[in-house]
Amino acid sequence: MGTIQLKKVRKAFGETVIIPGADLDIKHGEFIVFVGPSGCGKSTLLRMIAGLEDLTSGEILIDGKDCSDAAPASRGLSMVFQSYALYPHMSVRNNIAFGLKMAGETPEQIAPKVAKAAETLNLTEYLDRKPGQLSGGQRQRVAIGRAIVRNPSGFLFDEPLSNLDAALRVNMRIFIMQLHKDLGATMVYVTHDQVEAMTMADRIVVLNRGNIEQVGSPLELYNRPNSKFVAGFIGSPKMNFIEGSIAAKHKAKTIGVRPEHIDIVSGKGEWQGKILLTEHLGSDSFLHIDTEGAGRLVVRAPGEFSGKPGDNISLKPDITRIHKFDDKDLSIR
Amino acid sequence: MSLKQSTGQKITITIVAWVIGLLLFFPILWTAIAAFKTESDAYTLPQNFLTTPWTLENFGIVQERSDYVLYIRNTVIIAGLSTLLGLVFAVPAAWSMAFAPQSKPTNNWSGYTWLAIIFGSGGLAALILYFMGWHPTNFLVGIILLLMFVVPVSAWVWTRATKDTLLWMLSTKMMPPAGALISIYLLFNRNGLIYKDWGWIDLSDYNLVDSFWGMVPLVMLLNLPIIIWMLYTYFKELPVEILEAARMDGASLWNELTQVLTPMAMPGIASTCLLNLILAWNEAFWSLNLTNKFAAPLSFFISEYSSPEGQFWAKLSAASIMAIVPILIVGWFSQKQLVRGLTFGAVK
Repeated sequence: MGTIQLKKVRKAFGETVIIPGADLDIKHGEFIVFVGPSGCGKSTLLRMIAGLEDLTSGEILIDGKDCSDAAPASRGLSMVFQSYALYPHMSVRNNIAFGLKMAGETPEQIAPKVAKAAETLNLTEYLDRKPGQLSGGQRQRVAIGRAIVRNPSGFLFDEPLSNLDAALRVNMRIFIMQLHKDLGATMVYVTHDQVEAMTMADRIVVLNRGNIEQVGSPLELYNRPNSKFVAGFIGSPKMNFIEGSIAAKHKAKTIGVRPEHIDIVSGKGEWQGKILLTEHLGSDSFLHIDTEGAGRLVVRAPGEFSGKPGDNISLKPDITRIHKFDDKDLSIR
Repeated sequence: MSLKQSTGQKITITIVAWVIGLLLFFPILWTAIAAFKTESDAYTLPQNFLTTPWTLENFGIVQERSDYVLYIRNTVIIAGLSTLLGLVFAVPAAWSMAFAPQSKPTNNWSGYTWLAIIFGSGGLAALILYFMGWHPTNFLVGIILLLMFVVPVSAWVWTRATKDTLLWMLSTKMMPPAGALISIYLLFNRNGLIYKDWGWIDLSDYNLVDSFWGMVPLVMLLNLPIIIWMLYTYFKELPVEILEAARMDGASLWNELTQVLTPMAMPGIASTCLLNLILAWNEAFWSLNLTNKFAAPLSFFISEYSSPEGQFWAKLSAASIMAIVPILIVGWFSQKQLVRGLTFGAVK
């Protein structure tokens, strides 16, 4: 079992309210990603689930049991920290075994568990090294090993890949997804990187200033964002927002169109503009276009697109995929 | 230091530095020389140390008259035990200030709560005084006991006020020790308490003057602010996530402190211990006033040779040399560790 329920969870430091009140149901075996800009409270929320931060009010239920005031270790959750947080004076073996030792297991019980975790994580040959002698990726694997060896009902990841270089990050991302599939345990993962969120999550929780803006599957958030904030945060490059008379034509304060939902047309399109910059990624090209009326837009073009900065261009948005927002920045459906 | 210096400048700077260094070192040099001269030669001014004969007789006489081994044993006991005892208090205190595990409830007490606290403390003080008997000395004892109770509790409740707690602790080092001498002496002396026999406990026989029971805690308390301060700056440098990881791994507070924090902070703890050892070794004010034989440390041993019957200059010097040589050796071999310990926090 590994269900986690948050009920009106609130966190405040004196007058400063970090999380005004969060409600969330996490089902057993789900991969949940908390995503949001820095300072939005996602790490605080995770640390409250872990038991490292007190709740100001509200309840956290783990497997249906009220754990609001329970000690971190008694919640049956493991955590992987951004900075790895390995014990620098212990060998890899002892780092992984520490939690089991604290739980009072005998060396005979511990040895096979550590060996199995090390094998899963390809760490067998490093077991006698100190963390200082390992690379960043290896350290992160040790941190994950320390988490899985206790066989917890849920895992908490606090931006675990932020300190790794780009290539390693992609590998570790796939590794964690594989781990989730193999273990079938609940995982709660915090990141500020929406690409990580989109690729890994069963459900994404978008946070903004401590409020849960929207909870849903990656495609739900992409296709049906509740607010302008979610629409702008999910998707890369960012959604284009257009205000003024063009928006008014759609009976909205603001309209949003994703770069991939604007076509370049040869004849007269809806919007005319001039190319300012082009970003060539190989598979795609992103064009930054200064338009008359609609302002500056980013448009996705095929990789072989040959237009150059300074060229004039006509654009036609996919009318069925225009998102409309009212004056409170909420979606109009 | 990228400025180029000419050879002349270099020579001048070197000479000036040596002169200043020798000036500063001169008293110790003189002491060291006098220790190896006869009493009359040591007195003669100007001292002609090159022509007068060298002798070891002072050391023999000093050892014969006062048992050096006894004093060095006492010093080792006082310095060593006070350092260990200090760590027992300082590690948890510094831990609490550096990594208060969870924020304490914010203080939004009403005026009534404050009134209750003030009158409650007053009542507690009155209760203590009632049991000890009304007397000015006991009043002082009562206040001290109350402070000993109230201050740590408030420090714990308002852990967020770490900065204030640190300053408060350091402020105890700002008071001239002589100011507290009388009250401490009275506390140590069995005659200090007027009301000794409380029925269930009889304090008529207690006496902390000239005992390790008095000196070890006293020296420990003298240096405790410095130990806590040093450990706090050191702990601050350690990543809190490692302790949080230990909490997630199910480490109890005891295991967190002994198996994770202490081994990780070993360099800092070692240099703190060293500094404390040196301070305790050299402590003179309290030792001279509160000991005379049984628990007297080396500082008392030195002072024995500056007596009303006259100054025994050569013997005093010999005693001083005997007292400082052990700690000098310790300091010499650990200077790297010591400098590192004193500058951590400064560079990051």
